[in-house]
Amino acid sequence: MLNPQLSADGRLKHLITLDGLPRGVLTEILDIAAPFTEVAAREVKKVPLLRGKSVFNVFFENSTRTRTTFEIAAKRLSADVINLNVATSSTNKGETLLDTVDNLCAMGADMFVMRHASSGAPYLLAQHLRNTGRDHISVVNAGDGRHAHPTQGLLDMYTIRHYKQDFTRLTVAVVGDVLHSRVARSEIAALTTLGVPEVRVIGPKTLLPSDVERMGVRVFHDMNEGLRGVDVIMMLRLQNERMQGALLPSSQEYFKFYGLTEEKLALATKDAIVLHPGPMNRGVEIDSAVADGDHAVILPQVTFGIAVRMAVMSMLAAGN
Amino acid sequence: MTPLPDATRLCEQLAAQIKPRLRPDTALVGIHSGGAWVADYLHRALGLATALGSLDVAFYRDDYGSRGLHPRPQKSGIPFDVNDRHIILVDDVLYTGRTTRAALNELFDYGRPGCIELAVLADRGERQLPIAPAYCAWVLEERLPAGSKLSLRRGEHGELSLELKHA
Repeated sequence: MLNPQLSADGRLKHLITLDGLPRGVLTEILDIAAPFTEVAAREVKKVPLLRGKSVFNVFFENSTRTRTTFEIAAKRLSADVINLNVATSSTNKGETLLDTVDNLCAMGADMFVMRHASSGAPYLLAQHLRNTGRDHISVVNAGDGRHAHPTQGLLDMYTIRHYKQDFTRLTVAVVGDVLHSRVARSEIAALTTLGVPEVRVIGPKTLLPSDVERMGVRVFHDMNEGLRGVDVIMMLRLQNERMQGALLPSSQEYFKFYGLTEEKLALATKDAIVLHPGPMNRGVEIDSAVADGDHAVILPQVTFGIAVRMAVMSMLAAGN
Repeated sequence: MTPLPDATRLCEQLAAQIKPRLRPDTALVGIHSGGAWVADYLHRALGLATALGSLDVAFYRDDYGSRGLHPRPQKSGIPFDVNDRHIILVDDVLYTGRTTRAALNELFDYGRPGCIELAVLADRGERQLPIAPAYCAWVLEERLPAGSKLSLRRGEHGELSLELKHA
């Protein structure tokens, strides 16, 4: 089957989802990200790879961390970065997504970094670019609806590899609101592709997709049972803004059953690491003692995220 | 063509050329991968106090647009302050000069060196940029056929040898 993310010779053209991306490509991205981590230590924190290229950050949904780290990554590659907060611009005046994009292409865009509340929007954009003969422009998905958040998934994989080296001997638990989480989908896809033998998801029935087993995971509703012996704990944010109806009695009750506390963490292996994509709801999905404790690698995740986004953008620019 | 010279002999000659011109603040920086091996040899042979630096110029190459990104770039590492320092940049084979240019650009992103010199094991000519080595162990007298690649190899036990591949 044609993978729209890869060119005919197998080079990365767009990054839309980690689902279906071959293991070799995932590993290549992580390998290329490694030397980019060193750039931050230099007097001049820049390399010239994307000099003269224009990267448009088009965010149809609010974001601070992701947009900022994409901006830093593009700037460290020497690209010109244009940030559009579309939530406050022409789309509010009635312009369609593709009209907005056409206008930005006319302004000389070389790459789009897009976040959108609708699943599939970046795919639509990539397809539109191909249909209109603008194949040289790349698309990076910075999160679309409940579908995917591939760079978050990749930076999580980078973080796990950094601390644990080998994926093929790990037990990994993804905990919390999987139902609304594009991060969880990207994480599970990448973990599976990279050969993690046991991926668990832990959460209340109301916050797990009904067919979650089809993603190749073991399901636990009891957190104490699910955390036993895991090497990596990937916490998810409780996405209150996406919840409709009464999925949870209260956030206090959620914390009691699914909040990561030191007592629950003690059930995992003694050198287990704790990841969280941010922003954290302290006292809801994670206790402050854990978030600020020795097992948390939440801030290194942010730093690695810049290097991973640099790797993705430089590979896309080279693939075109 | 005559057989390729012994790489270890060339390294010894290069060390002998550099030795009388060492300064107290001299540091070596090898260009990945062949240049880093030569720099490693020189660093031990010359007994330098300053730690050895290395550069992978993958992010600075000018042919990135046409050839893409190297799939496994290495971390560059400059474990000393480059400002005002005497630096000898080390590569295995000098050819068009484009790798040297990329390495110079990268080095300046760490600061402002006092002086940079270039040391190479072999110079195969056909420069495309105004770059010349200060130290060179072997100058090829004849041009190599277009598309051929002269490079340094390192064996299992660290032994160095030159290799010539024709297109």
